[in-house]
Amino acid sequence: MTPASRRALLFAPFALAAAGGLGFYAVLRGMRTGEYNPRGVPSALLGRRAPDFILPPLEESGVPPVTSADLANLPGPVLVNFWASWCVPCIIEHPQLMRLSREGVPVFGIAYKDRPEDSRRFLRQHGNPFARLSRDEPGRVAIDWGVYGVPETYLLDRQGIIRWRYAGPITSDTLQADLRPLLRRYAG
Amino acid sequence: MIAELGHFALAFALVLALAQGALPLLGAQLRDARLMAAAAPLAAGQCLAIAAAFACLIWSYALNDTTVLNVVQNSHSAKPMLFKVTGSWGNHEGSMILWVLILSLCGLAVASFGRGLPSSLKARVLGVLGLIGLGFLLFILRTSNPFERVWPPAPDGQGLNPVLQDIGLAMHPPLLYLGYVGYAVTFAFAIAALIEGRVDAAWGRWVRPWSLAAWAFLTCGIALGSWWAYYELGWGGYWFWDPVENASLLPWLVGTALLHSAIVVEKREALKTWTVLLAIIAFGMSLLGTFLVRSGVLNSVHAFANDPERGLFILGLLLFYLGGAFLLFAWRAQAMAPTGLFAPVSREGAIVLNNLLVCSLSAVVLVGTLWPMFADAMFGTKVSVGPPFFNMAAFPLVVPLLLAMAAGPLMPWKRAQLWPVVQRLWWAAVIAFIALFLALLLSGQRVMPAVGFAFAAWIIGAAVADIADRIALFRTRLATSWARARGLPRAAWGAAIAHAGVGIVAAGIAGMGLAQEKLVAMSPGDSTEMAGFTWRLDSVADVTGPNFTARRATITLLRDGEVAHVMQPSRRWFPLARQNTSEVAIRTNLIYDLYAVVGDEDPTTGRAVVRLHYNLLAPWLWLGAAVMALGGALSLADRRVRVSAPSRKALPQGAATT
Repeated sequence: MTPASRRALLFAPFALAAAGGLGFYAVLRGMRTGEYNPRGVPSALLGRRAPDFILPPLEESGVPPVTSADLANLPGPVLVNFWASWCVPCIIEHPQLMRLSREGVPVFGIAYKDRPEDSRRFLRQHGNPFARLSRDEPGRVAIDWGVYGVPETYLLDRQGIIRWRYAGPITSDTLQADLRPLLRRYAG
Repeated sequence: MIAELGHFALAFALVLALAQGALPLLGAQLRDARLMAAAAPLAAGQCLAIAAAFACLIWSYALNDTTVLNVVQNSHSAKPMLFKVTGSWGNHEGSMILWVLILSLCGLAVASFGRGLPSSLKARVLGVLGLIGLGFLLFILRTSNPFERVWPPAPDGQGLNPVLQDIGLAMHPPLLYLGYVGYAVTFAFAIAALIEGRVDAAWGRWVRPWSLAAWAFLTCGIALGSWWAYYELGWGGYWFWDPVENASLLPWLVGTALLHSAIVVEKREALKTWTVLLAIIAFGMSLLGTFLVRSGVLNSVHAFANDPERGLFILGLLLFYLGGAFLLFAWRAQAMAPTGLFAPVSREGAIVLNNLLVCSLSAVVLVGTLWPMFADAMFGTKVSVGPPFFNMAAFPLVVPLLLAMAAGPLMPWKRAQLWPVVQRLWWAAVIAFIALFLALLLSGQRVMPAVGFAFAAWIIGAAVADIADRIALFRTRLATSWARARGLPRAAWGAAIAHAGVGIVAAGIAGMGLAQEKLVAMSPGDSTEMAGFTWRLDSVADVTGPNFTARRATITLLRDGEVAHVMQPSRRWFPLARQNTSEVAIRTNLIYDLYAVVGDEDPTTGRAVVRLHYNLLAPWLWLGAAVMALGGALSLADRRVRVSAPSRKALPQGAATT
């Protein structure tokens, strides 16, 4: 082996590692922009309208129900949030939803596989951020949406097209880094 | 207050690590003895500071201090004290503290027992270890501080996950980290050697025990993880080719290669460049595992809660350590000329073959683990790389590996002839063929498991042949053989035992290939036949535990009408954690496991879904791993490790205190 080719060979591990590093960087970037979601299943609904559904309201919650008819011709982007009183991450997420609702972002809620009295107790205790609220006790509508687990949140633009989906609790970091830019982008 | 003390101790450790990463390296370059001598006390100080921080964390957990965010997220007042304590390292932040603690203990071990090392080499090794500690302490303080407070205090913690309250799982991370971090030491030796431009037998003599210890711990850690998955998750399997499992297998494979090539450096001063490269890659794989598990780029059942921010930081660390190491390698490895030459057919040649095969195997596992992620992120295509791929791709590599690992130890160094080796192995081959035919006969012509048994017999037979040959068994009087056996270096015993352990694991894998499984819905009183037993479901009843309620099934196993076993699998409901777990019932006799899981009950018909397994040789999987680790430990106790005073006790000490 000539010294030159030996030298080239000794550089090979570095080149391979550098390529791997670039790949990982691309993946992490994709995770931040939402293009890559390692939690499996990219939503087949991205770029499409929400599936048709009619759901009963959560009685005595004081807000109207949400159905697919309410998800078109909107004044601005809306969030659709699947949640449940029995879900601990939902408690972590709740303050962020309250904040958004105070700022005037419409958040529509769907209580997933939850007893109405439990849902009501949760909202009494933590506050109600939802402008519209329905309950999906059998969880059928959640299946149509492809919900992976609660909490799970969808962002719909003014035409009612699903633009973003997030499985897991929206933390204040997610709110700042992901959700606010998206809300700005689809506000116009 | 305790949490703040812990936080401060971490910051203090960071400063010490910075000094340890800078002064000794500078001193070695300037040949300044005082700067070099600073390394040992700095390593001790760093270790003390991190130990203090870890103690503070455990204290916060023991008191269930709900003003500490980490405790709130991962603990609960109702947990037994044991699991409160072990829970402190069961989460991302706490486990990182454990990681740096073990790293600093290794640094302390090198500092205390490395008196025989050339001072510049020792200073450089400790300097590199300091730099590694620095990076990870910075990572903890920037992104994963376990001492963060919450105010007002939470009423109680949220960490009640009953699946994680398990002693096997509590011991799993420390063992794994001992392995991972052991490779940090061999990495530090590799970097120091590259800086010095010198790799010699003395270097090999230091690297071998560290890689051996790391390998033995990693073997135990992986086996424990697999065992936990087997009895706790209740899926009946032992290895799922899950990305996180693969992430721990990768450093093990590369470490296996390193272990063997380090022997060549020590004995023959050959394969130097290659060994240095392996030492870098072994640590690289450990870091890669850390990155994969904690950044959240992979979808796995085992992963920590995670975010890309941390991933970016670890990627930066990877870039710094590995990129730097590989650049240094490209620049300096030229200088290392081999001195020991050898023929292709020789002990060295066999080890090169081992290295090539094991590294190809790691490449297969690496690609299989990462490809789905890259394919998804870059091309947006979902591919699923599952067990069929790994089994198929690994098979053609494992077969020659198992064939050759029997012959390797019987070959002399430098130049060997195949014929004498074959002569000494012929009866192992005969046993292997007998095993093949017996297995074919008894299993109903199932080819793959039979081949597995043949290989298992071949490897164990060869390990026995190796020892028999060394002690001249049956060629001389028994008393002479006995004396020879006692005089045989422990490394020779260790190697033979570790190889036999591989054979035992191979037999376990082959046996699991013959495992039987049945999923049936049964009403109380129903029975079903499997594996020569009549399995009768007697009842399903309510049971109340301290913090759970359960439905417990009673299954009676009858053989020829006689009661052989009574098994009671149950399904527990933890109301506080709102979680179901399934308690597997296992009966073992070291030849087979009887394994029963009870699933859901149909409220209308009253029938319960019951999953029954007959797992042939399942215990051998973990037994074999334990035998492998035992071989490693025996090899560590070898005279040449004990006598070269510097490393005396270094490894067991580092292990025992963690």
